[in-house]
Amino acid sequence: MSDKLLVIGETKDGELRNVSFEAVAAAKKMNSDGEVIGLLCGHGNLEAQAKEMIYYGADRVITVVHEKLEAYTSEGYSQAALAVIDDVSPDVIIMGHTSVGKDLSPKLASRLQTGLISDVTDIEIVGDQTVFTRPIYSGKAFEKKVITDGIIFATIRPNNLPALERDDARYGEITSQAVDIGDLRTVIKDVIRKASEGVDLSEANVIIAGGRGVKSAEGFKPLYELAELLGGAVGASRGACDAEYCDYSLQIGQTGKVVTPDLYIAVGISGAIQHLAGMSNSKVIVAINKDPESNIFNVADYGIVGDLFDIIPMLIEEVKQLKQSQGV
Amino acid sequence: MNIYVLLKKTFDTEEKITISNGIIEEDGAEFIINPYDEYAVEEAIKQRDEHGGDVTVVTIGDEDSEKQLRTALAMGADKAVLINTEDDLEEGDQYTTTAILEAFFADKAYDLILAGNVAIDEASGQVGPRLAERLDIACVTTITNMEIDGDIVKIDKDVEGDVEKVETSLPLLVTCQQGLNDPRYPSLPGIMKAKKKPLEELEIDDLDLDEDDVEPKTKTIEIFLPPEKEAGRMIEGEPAEQVKELVGLLKNEAKVL
Repeated sequence: MSDKLLVIGETKDGELRNVSFEAVAAAKKMNSDGEVIGLLCGHGNLEAQAKEMIYYGADRVITVVHEKLEAYTSEGYSQAALAVIDDVSPDVIIMGHTSVGKDLSPKLASRLQTGLISDVTDIEIVGDQTVFTRPIYSGKAFEKKVITDGIIFATIRPNNLPALERDDARYGEITSQAVDIGDLRTVIKDVIRKASEGVDLSEANVIIAGGRGVKSAEGFKPLYELAELLGGAVGASRGACDAEYCDYSLQIGQTGKVVTPDLYIAVGISGAIQHLAGMSNSKVIVAINKDPESNIFNVADYGIVGDLFDIIPMLIEEVKQLKQSQGV
Repeated sequence: MNIYVLLKKTFDTEEKITISNGIIEEDGAEFIINPYDEYAVEEAIKQRDEHGGDVTVVTIGDEDSEKQLRTALAMGADKAVLINTEDDLEEGDQYTTTAILEAFFADKAYDLILAGNVAIDEASGQVGPRLAERLDIACVTTITNMEIDGDIVKIDKDVEGDVEKVETSLPLLVTCQQGLNDPRYPSLPGIMKAKKKPLEELEIDDLDLDEDDVEPKTKTIEIFLPPEKEAGRMIEGEPAEQVKELVGLLKNEAKVL
């Protein structure tokens, strides 16, 4: 088979996002004999990012450089992507289920009149079919889905499908394609940074999440310290957001973000069903709560009944010591 | 201003999910307006109150979907449309839903269409942006603020926690994110009035669609529940001991540190 698999890469602050490497690996998994073609849009030199995509498994990369592609807009990027798709005629299109992916992929699918399977957490090849697994009902159930007609198009959830090992001996062609980008109906006037400090919540390997038990915005500070030590991000329950201890952008749950980090530490979170829906598929869950009857202990791998204001400072010290002994 | 809201009924967020005969068991479940669609209904009402016009809520569903439409009417929407596909459609996906809505909007005049950014059941988040493309109108997803001034629309768009200040124009489709507003509860007079507000029921045949037009492009082949989690381990002792043991377990047993 000489299938063409197009992976739409995504950069953030000039660097490729991890999920783009995971998307390359997903494409490889779907067809190891196929040609994996990366697509990068932007303004300025994209050579370094294109090389990274190749080091992580892409066979070649097409770049579209245009001043109207400096920042992501759905219209600009969809015009660029559609031109490349028209040229390449891919059998498969894969991208990350990120803010950009969620915005762009349905628009492309609609233009192409194809199906689209969003938010995929696993891919299997069964006979000649590609079967996608995705969570439904906020992870309370899962479905397996196939595309029955046309291009196979999917977005993958960050942090679920492993990327390949980086191999900087890999070589692939990098070509740039000129695309006319027409007038954009939607213009970005300004971006106000609120959440981008540190690690992105949806891609974090470690999440320290606080609930009402944290009691104040001040109470969240040690959680940030612990998150930073572990290279992770801070999240929150709806209760903590409603109480204005932190911004809604940190909310994890049925409304809010759904996350699957390697380690989730729930601090002072009771574990309402809506919160569990956002985090119960995390690989290892630690619960720290003073109420032994808390629902959160039902999903925890490790539980500590105790006062978080005693436990968290000690945990920070213990982790510091561990990191020192590991020479970090 | 002609304002439309795309609305879907979903399981109540409290509901536990069970599967029987390979599908999600719906008997006995409580249904609500998808929480993100509630933001859309609220925003539609606010914009109408400020700029005039009327708000029509549209859903694709079955007979029981009338309940959620009446709730939206009780909140303050003016008209409702139920596209009842119960007898005509065995299977559908986001492509199908978009095709039906495209046909519905073909003879409508619309300035603003609002939808939730995602439904909490199937969570594809596709229908809003797909429809905007079919109608060839501007589209902004995950909005947290909107001000309309003539044809110019100023929007705050949530991008993974950052806020993009976006400017666009009508006609426009937006999908609503948490933080946009606080949806009102229907008042008692609102509920009484809602009973008399117009609710139109349509079927696929009324929309000039062939079977081929609504043929889905994807198929669900299996639905399953996540494996039950084994009971976790409670760490006993004094706080200092608990913390030491936890870090040891995370490092050596779980291997995540």
